[in-house]
Amino acid sequence: MSALQRTPLRDFHAARGGRLVDFAGWEMPVQYRSILEEHKAVRRAAGLFDVSHMGEVEVKGPQALEFLEHLVTNEVARLQPGRVLYTPMCAEDGGTLDDLLIYLRAPGDYLLCINAGNIAADLAWMARRAADFAVTLTDRSADTALLALQGPASAAILQTLTGAKLGLLVNYSFCEGTVAGVRCLISRTGYTGEDGFELYHAPDDAVALAEALLAAGAPHGLELAGLGARDSLRLEAGFPLHGHELSPSISPIAAGLGWTVKLAKDRPCLAHTALAREKAEGPARRVVFFRTGDRRIVRADTPVKGPDGAPVGRVLSGTLSPLLNEAIGSALIDTAAVHVPLAVDIRGVDITLLPVRPPFVPLRRG
Amino acid sequence: MSHIPADLHFAKSHEWVRLAGDGTALVGITDYAQSSLGDITFVQLPKAGATLAAGAVFGVVESVKAASDLYAPVAGTVLEVNAGLDAAPELLNRDSYGAGWMLKLRLDGTAPAGLLDAEAYARHVG
Repeated sequence: MSALQRTPLRDFHAARGGRLVDFAGWEMPVQYRSILEEHKAVRRAAGLFDVSHMGEVEVKGPQALEFLEHLVTNEVARLQPGRVLYTPMCAEDGGTLDDLLIYLRAPGDYLLCINAGNIAADLAWMARRAADFAVTLTDRSADTALLALQGPASAAILQTLTGAKLGLLVNYSFCEGTVAGVRCLISRTGYTGEDGFELYHAPDDAVALAEALLAAGAPHGLELAGLGARDSLRLEAGFPLHGHELSPSISPIAAGLGWTVKLAKDRPCLAHTALAREKAEGPARRVVFFRTGDRRIVRADTPVKGPDGAPVGRVLSGTLSPLLNEAIGSALIDTAAVHVPLAVDIRGVDITLLPVRPPFVPLRRG
Repeated sequence: MSHIPADLHFAKSHEWVRLAGDGTALVGITDYAQSSLGDITFVQLPKAGATLAAGAVFGVVESVKAASDLYAPVAGTVLEVNAGLDAAPELLNRDSYGAGWMLKLRLDGTAPAGLLDAEAYARHVG
């Protein structure tokens, strides 16, 4: 695994029983003790995730806003300093290149948080698009570490380590502060469906910060959680993962994320024409979510059949919901078949997919 | 380091056999197997009365990560299936040599072949 990239917490994970696997070219802990137990700990109390593999890109300059509005589908102009925006980034054909968070630090000064597996492709895409704008792009991925503290006990745990007034920090907002003496960008965001925080900091501080959080969180039931639990938590919350529910062949409209596509006529993003047409005509395929009432996991790429047995789509994500104790997942389905009974074959057994409007469990926000 | 009881026999495919001495045997998967699979979420086993050839697929064990076939380490007829695994497959993670047993077999009389003792199995997974 020597060719894999490492976060500053790689040895920290190994010393705590983390099972390290290749995730998008990074050596990351998929679990420490048990994916299911770590998942439940986050829903019950809190979990600490290393997500330092995520990429960070600074976008600065007098035309930073215009550039970002060209690049992404959500309404960047709506952002106030100190606030965070979730948005897809789409190609001209409407396909989703990535989904990301945009932080507005000051007018003309944005920070983007992008998926680890897309860093190189995103940077190349953005650099090409930036040529027409008075804007500077800087890749900060290598000098930014990121810890996610997620779960209902997160605020109580974090408040013991910081003077920042977390009670004033609403969902999807952020502030600069220190946590256990470490300078952080403290963001009230996450991808688990629970209240929580993401702490951006310098890589040299990562081990000290993680140890301080673990020590402060232990009395509250905080546990280390790996990427396995992160995936089952986001799926239970009904959140898309790029490469699954969103991809270059799945637009945000098809993914059911129409609320992230703001088609202002005066400032069209580069996917405007394709997405406007898809919004008007309806997408040819749609992402649907399902449960099965059975414990057999319906895995990604499993073909989905309509009532006559003909293929109508394929599974995008699937896991066992630790809270519902049954298989849950998402599938990409021909629009004509979205409302007909759907099934999959698992090792010769027909399993009916029961449609669910996500989230599968109630979401909790800060 | 996984747990390997000295009194069991093992298949290279990570099933164990406990020979009772009365012509019956218990079969399960090893601690190494459950640990490699991670959280076990589903177990599919044959019904009582089924006959198994040595090395034949007798079921499936599924974890969050993947589904894996189970191979009969010895030939025999299924006398009893651990019904507890249906509702609580996590027993395999907690106690793979005890509460997580899978099958009770009546051996078909042929001598078990190709099995490893604890020492050889330790080298196999080492």
